[in-house]
Amino acid sequence: MDLFEHEARDLFERYGVPVPRGFVADTPESAREAAAKLGGTVVVKAQVKTGGRGKAGGIKLATSPEEAAAAASVILGMDIKGHTVHKVLVTEASEIAEEYYLSFLLDRANRTFIAMASATGGMEIEEMADTITRMPASSFDAAAVFSPSVADEVNAVASALWKVFVSEDATLVEVNPLALTKSGRIVALDGKVTLDDNAAFRHSRTDSGAQGDPLEVRAAEKGLNYVKLDGTVGVIGNGAGLVMSTLDVVALAGAQPANFLDIGGGASAQVMADGLDVVLSDPSVRSVFVNVFGGITACDAVAGGIVQALGLLGDRADKPLVVRLDGNNAEAGHRILDQARHPLITVAHTMDDAAGRAAALAGAGEES
Amino acid sequence: MAIFLDEHSRVVVQGMTGSEGSKHTRRMLAAGTQVVGGVNARKAGTSVDFDDVSLPVFGTVAEAMEQTGANVSVLFVPPAFTKDAVIEAVDAGIGLAVVITEGVPVHDTARFWAHAQGKRTRIIGPNCPGIISPGKSNAGIIPADITKPGSIGLVSKSGTLTYQLMHELKDFGFTTCVGIGGDPIVGTTHIDAIAAFEADPETELIVMIGEIGGDAEERAAEFVRDNVSKPVVGYVAGFTAPEGRTMGHAGAIVSGSSGTAEAKKQAMEAVGIKVGRTPSETAALARSILTS
Repeated sequence: MDLFEHEARDLFERYGVPVPRGFVADTPESAREAAAKLGGTVVVKAQVKTGGRGKAGGIKLATSPEEAAAAASVILGMDIKGHTVHKVLVTEASEIAEEYYLSFLLDRANRTFIAMASATGGMEIEEMADTITRMPASSFDAAAVFSPSVADEVNAVASALWKVFVSEDATLVEVNPLALTKSGRIVALDGKVTLDDNAAFRHSRTDSGAQGDPLEVRAAEKGLNYVKLDGTVGVIGNGAGLVMSTLDVVALAGAQPANFLDIGGGASAQVMADGLDVVLSDPSVRSVFVNVFGGITACDAVAGGIVQALGLLGDRADKPLVVRLDGNNAEAGHRILDQARHPLITVAHTMDDAAGRAAALAGAGEES
Repeated sequence: MAIFLDEHSRVVVQGMTGSEGSKHTRRMLAAGTQVVGGVNARKAGTSVDFDDVSLPVFGTVAEAMEQTGANVSVLFVPPAFTKDAVIEAVDAGIGLAVVITEGVPVHDTARFWAHAQGKRTRIIGPNCPGIISPGKSNAGIIPADITKPGSIGLVSKSGTLTYQLMHELKDFGFTTCVGIGGDPIVGTTHIDAIAAFEADPETELIVMIGEIGGDAEERAAEFVRDNVSKPVVGYVAGFTAPEGRTMGHAGAIVSGSSGTAEAKKQAMEAVGIKVGRTPSETAALARSILTS
C-alpha cells in the first residue's frame, strides 16, 4: 500500500523525522484556514499517489491565505495521470539551500534492505541515477555521501527514517528532496512510503487507497484479487501466474484484457459468482474468459460453481463466457457444462483456443 | 536422480494439525512421501490419524528430527508465526525447509533468510507450492498425479503455471519441479535450482518460468550463459501488466521501467534460452528439443 504524501509526513513526524509544519485541506476554504494558521508563504500540493505533480501544475506557492485558497481551487479536482485530486497538503514554504535524496528500500536481489543517498536531490530518481550511492541499510553512513557539515544531521534523520521503515513494515521510505534550509535545518520536504500489505495484521492501518476504481473497491470488499485494465475481455482464473499468462494470451489473440482476477485455490460457487458479478458489471467487458487449471481445485466443482453463479446472477449475466478447464476432474467438469447447455457458455479445450474465441466474441478486429 | 528432494527424504510437517496442514499431509502421504510426523508445541505427544498411518506430533523440530530422522520440513504455519517456525527449523539443522505459507511479511522473510546464511538449511518459498520429485517424494501442495518421473527439471515462480507445464509435458515426465514462490524475497532462486539441474545427470532439459517484478530472471539468464550446458526453455508471464500494480503475487509488480516481462524475455533470449509466448508454445519448444 502506497501512502499519500500527507500520510507519509505524519508518519515521519511521529518518528522524529523533521518535516515542515502543514495541514491537509479538501476545500479552498480549509486551505485558506491552513495558510492563515501557518502564516507567511505556503506551498499547496496535490495529494495523489503518482509522480510528476509539479510538471502537471499540482504544486503552487501562495503568499497569502487568499492565494492559498485560489491555488487549492485550481488543484482540487485536477486530473494527474488518471488520479483525481481530492486533497491538498498546505505546508510552510522552506528556503532551500541544497537538495538531497535519501531512501531505504527492499533489495530483492540480495534479499535484504539497502539505503540509497545522493547529495543531488529534488529530481525524478531516473534523472539522478548516476549520483546515487547504494549501501547496506545496516551500515548507512551519511559521511560517505554528504559534506561533513551536514553528515551528522543527515545520520540522525536516517536513523529516524530507518525506525519508520522497520517499525511500520515498509518496503520503501523515500525522502526527495531532503532539504538543507538557508537557516541550516535538514527537513524532509516530500516523502513516499510503501507499506507491506502482508504485515497489516500487526498494525492498525486505515487504507487510504479506497479512492480507486469503483469496480476495484467493490472487488476488494468481496475479498477478490482484482485489477481493472482497459480492454474488453474479462478474465477470471486461478493462480496469479496463470491469470497473468491468460491476460497475455488474450492480447496475443488480438483483444485486450479488461481485468486481472485471481479467484485462488478454492473457487467455490460463491467466489465464482462474486467474481463473475464484478467482471460482468464492467461496461467495457464484451466477453469473459474463465481459465482454470485444476491442481488442488477440482474442475467439476468449478464447473458447478459457474453454472450456479450464472443462476445466482440471473439477468445480470448477459455476456458470453468461454470456459477452459484442465487438470483435476476436467472431464467431469466438461460434462457438467455440457449438461447445463447454458446459452452463454462456450467450452474450449486449450488456453490459446479459448483466448481466440473470447477475443472473437469481444469483437476483436472490429472498429469500436 | 532428483534435486533437493528424493525417495530418502523424511518429511516433518510444521502446522500438520491445522486444516491446510492435515489436508496436504494426507495428499503427500498418498503420493508416497515419507511423512514421519508433525510439529506443534501445544499438541506435543498427541498423534494425528491419516488413512493408513497415525503420525506423532512433536513439540519441536529438533525433537522430531531426533526421533524420526526427518531431514525435510514443510511449513503450513500462519503468517504471523512463520518467521519463528522457520528459524526453529534452521536452528534444528534441518536440510530443507519448504515454506508454503502465503502472506508472510517481507521483513520477516528477510530476517529468517539472513538467519539461515552459513547454516545448513535450504529454504524454498515462502508463498510457494513446494517441490515434487515425481515418483519419489512430494513436499508441499503440488498435485502428484499430473505427471510421472522423467527427464525435465522445472523451476517456477508460479504454482498454477507449474501445473500447466507439468500437464502439457506429462508424457516426458520430470526429475523435479520446484515452485520457488512469487514473493519479493524467496529462499531458493531460479539460479539455485538451475545449478542443481545442471549437475543432475538425469535432467536433460530445464524449464524456467518467471513473471514480472525484480530481476531474478535476468540474473538467471546470466547464470545460464556462464554455467549451463543443458538446453533451457523459458516462459514469462505479465506482458500486459500495468506499471505500479501488484498482480496477485506480492512480488509481481513492474516498478517504473524495471521488472517488465519484455526485459526478462529479451535477457533470456540473448543467452540462447528459447522463450515461448504462451505456456503451450513453451511446452512445444521443450518437446521439439527433447525429440530432436
